[in-house]
Amino acid sequence: MLVPTFVVMGLLVFYPLAKGIYLSFTNADRFNIGNKYIPSTYSWIGLANYKEILTSQEFRDVAGFTVLWTFVNVFFHFTIGLALAMALNRTLKFRGMYRMLLLVPWAVPSFISAFAWRFIFNNPYGFLDLLLQKLGVSNPPAFLGDPTWAKFSVITANVWLGVPFMMVALLGGLQAIDADLLDAAAVDGATAWQRFWNVTLPGLRPVAATVILLGLIWTFNMFNVIYLITGGGPANATQIFATFAYQEAFDFKRYGVATAYGVILLSIMLVFGSFYRWTVARMGEETWS
Amino acid sequence: MSDFIETGSSSTEVIMPEALAAARAAPRRRRGGRSRSMSLLLHGSLVCAVIIAVFPVFWITISSFKPYNEIVSSTTLKILPQTWTLQNYKHVITNDDYQFLHWFANSIVIALITTVVGVFLAATAAYALSRYRFPGYRTALNSFLITQMFPAAILLVPIYNIMVTLGLLNTKTGLVLAYSTVAVPFCVWMLKGYFDTIPISIEEAGRLDGLTPFGTFWRIVMPLSLPGIAVTCFFTFITAWNEVAFANILLTTPDNYTLPVGLRTYVFQFQQDWQYLTAGAVLVTIPAVLVFLFAQRYLISGLTRGGVKG
Repeated sequence: MLVPTFVVMGLLVFYPLAKGIYLSFTNADRFNIGNKYIPSTYSWIGLANYKEILTSQEFRDVAGFTVLWTFVNVFFHFTIGLALAMALNRTLKFRGMYRMLLLVPWAVPSFISAFAWRFIFNNPYGFLDLLLQKLGVSNPPAFLGDPTWAKFSVITANVWLGVPFMMVALLGGLQAIDADLLDAAAVDGATAWQRFWNVTLPGLRPVAATVILLGLIWTFNMFNVIYLITGGGPANATQIFATFAYQEAFDFKRYGVATAYGVILLSIMLVFGSFYRWTVARMGEETWS
Repeated sequence: MSDFIETGSSSTEVIMPEALAAARAAPRRRRGGRSRSMSLLLHGSLVCAVIIAVFPVFWITISSFKPYNEIVSSTTLKILPQTWTLQNYKHVITNDDYQFLHWFANSIVIALITTVVGVFLAATAAYALSRYRFPGYRTALNSFLITQMFPAAILLVPIYNIMVTLGLLNTKTGLVLAYSTVAVPFCVWMLKGYFDTIPISIEEAGRLDGLTPFGTFWRIVMPLSLPGIAVTCFFTFITAWNEVAFANILLTTPDNYTLPVGLRTYVFQFQQDWQYLTAGAVLVTIPAVLVFLFAQRYLISGLTRGGVKG
């Protein structure tokens, strides 16, 4: 029964993957890629694409923002998500209502959220612009036009987008922690902070390790938010690898370079993924042995 | 990748909390009550968080009822429309020979077919991975996991190229095939976790009663995994519904656009019709939010159950 799936996966994933890796060693572009009627005429150029990418300033800039983007986002997803989960994990009036309303950013289709944030950040008639003017800021920043502010804006939008998932996952993790442990710690005189640091956080570790890894991977690959809000601009200031490679491929039609980016990204992911799992596994042993 | 499939694939790891169901059970009352100020602080922060969470949706909804000149009046902030209008909605729906409704239909058809194709293929593979041990089992399992990590960049160009060669550019078939590459690996992981929870003895009973292997799968395992199947369907649907990168390159004529690509044409660089964009966005968002809020209980518990045994 695996056969149909493997045929499809082979055709749709592994064949394109192999082809993508192959293309990354060629000079494929819009003129030689061929189509239904014209055969392709690109040729093997070895590691030239990789060399071009790895020695370019653009690569370093994009890498810098990708790292910033990924870690800042996941940091705030996790901390805000945890704070909200802790708040919701109490006896509380309107608890169900809070929980439901806090899920709204997750419920809205992500492309709609991206448009909504782009509208809010709009200059000069976006909500933030008008709000700041009302508060007396005579010359509000161009949230999407200024390179630094554009970075701030896309990260803000994506933090908003990702918090509910973390909140739900961590809420589940919190509720799986044995209340007796917390009570015992309280009886032993642990302060609220000590209970949080020494009981709650270690108890969350398995859930947290998973959601943080997933969060890092998704954020690293997140395409919609940046593409729809800034398109990577202004002047590539908000390009991450996912959007930059897309631009190389479909705006500039430099297919060879774009696939070489793909291969580099995949390698980064694989290395990072194994490293992360290894670290978490080791941390686990230290904690429990 | 889009957000919903991402969410789902958390179940690929073993660790999602068992107790989300218990989570919802009556909250414990621990160590007495809170002081009044503490309570105020807690509610205060939650209310702030709720306002931030809901605001973008509120803002596009409110703006969609404003006439164009109010949206672009950059002088003062007025939350509510001075004059309420339904003109934006009328324009969005009827413009260009009901083009928006075409986009809506395209999105729904593509997402539905992707769901059916993706989940069916994934279910058979997941069942095999759950029940049989064969040479290359580990490799097969891991290959599904690793495809989850693929940056779109590596598949976009070759798939685009293949679609061009096959003449599938600008067709629904092409898009469904492309989306299946994203959806199938995730569904396999999700469903394998589900199938693992079904005792083999039930199937053996079915076999004794004369069912073929496919029969046991179709008549016993599938019905028993309906909650898992439902969740997987939902996530696949949402993935296809939210996808931008492939749709943007594979669809070339406006009539074939899906919603994300179509709505984007309202706010291209030089002409930004926010009044239409907001109206269109509201029309897309309302059903999505209602379905999500209605389904979230089941989704989250379904996600968890599949994940526990991942």
